[in-house]
Amino acid sequence: MRRGPALALLAVLVWAPVAQAHVQQGQAAGFFTGLGHPVSGLDHVLAMIAVGLWGAQLGAPGIWLLPVTFPMVMALGGMVGLLGVPLPGVEIGIAASAILLGLAVTAALRPPLAAAVALVGLFGIFHGHAHGTELPAGQSALLYSMGFVMATGCLHGAGIALGLIHRWPWGQTLLRAAGGVVALAGVFFMWRAIA
Amino acid sequence: MSGPTTRLPHRLVLVIGGLALASCPSRAEAHLVTTGLGPLYDGLLHVALSPEDLVPVVALALLAGLRGVTHGRSALFVLPAAWLLGGVIGLAVHGGASPSWTALSFVLLGGLVAADARLSLGATTLLAALLGLGHGYLNGSAMARPGLGAEGLLGIAAAVFTLVALGTSFVVPLRAVWARVVVRVAGSWIAAIGLLLVGWAIRSRA
Repeated sequence: MRRGPALALLAVLVWAPVAQAHVQQGQAAGFFTGLGHPVSGLDHVLAMIAVGLWGAQLGAPGIWLLPVTFPMVMALGGMVGLLGVPLPGVEIGIAASAILLGLAVTAALRPPLAAAVALVGLFGIFHGHAHGTELPAGQSALLYSMGFVMATGCLHGAGIALGLIHRWPWGQTLLRAAGGVVALAGVFFMWRAIA
Repeated sequence: MSGPTTRLPHRLVLVIGGLALASCPSRAEAHLVTTGLGPLYDGLLHVALSPEDLVPVVALALLAGLRGVTHGRSALFVLPAAWLLGGVIGLAVHGGASPSWTALSFVLLGGLVAADARLSLGATTLLAALLGLGHGYLNGSAMARPGLGAEGLLGIAAAVFTLVALGTSFVVPLRAVWARVVVRVAGSWIAAIGLLLVGWAIRSRA
């Protein structure tokens, strides 16, 4: 019974971008630039996936609270960047996010929820400041922002989906190993940021 | 069985709504689509093809849907009516608008959806009225120039009605916690987009 409205809504949403490409020059390009931007940097990708992995490990309500928090705080960081407010050590902050989030997954860390949210939010500011403001000239800021936020959210979703293996014993081991890989990659990013 | 929720006092909603109205527009941003089938169809397609209008409508539908059938019905009728009224005012006044209005509606509605805010029926209705009046005014102002007139506005209102009906009918029956969380995540995305838009709007003025 619910499929009808859902399919109709989906059809309307899917319909829009194709027509926009004809009606408003460069609009669709803005969306796809935004969509592609978060996945173009491994540092951003690993940190986003680690947020999802950690959320899955924490279980409810962390599994949804972290991915809800991150995009909003990340956008706040992007807004701060757009306003021209400098944020020192952005690249170091991004590398630190991969290290600490990776370690949190590896150690299956379960801090108080507020602390986990604050940590993820803090890193979100660095990611938003670094990545949210790189709109190519002539493209739509709205569609760029939509693509950017959606891609980031989908990376969280991918992390959560992967993290669901947590329910099996072998999955818990694999998940912790994945956290270790993220942390190691973070160390590499940190070395690159400092060097 | 839903997750933690936030109760916003009426007064706060009124203050936020008042601020939203106060941040008034100075430049028209709406883009009108020409279908070749006449102003009514141009209006119908406008909402579907304009994310600056489409996303806040979807956000309001999600918000009303999360609160249940009564809120959904209220939004269903108040939003298109207010949109039409705002459009008529825009047509008459030939004013303009600033991107800050769009950004504000994204942040406010997306934030309320993300928080699963337990608004009263009056607050939901007020939000629907403000959203409709604001965006309708922008559409009307933009439509005054090419002379699309009332027919175009009717098309827009019909599209808004359809979208709210689809959105609320999709969300109202959701009972599973994860399904409601998905809706809230969508709200957080909308709010995040709005925050970035605030930055772009301020930067473009600088």
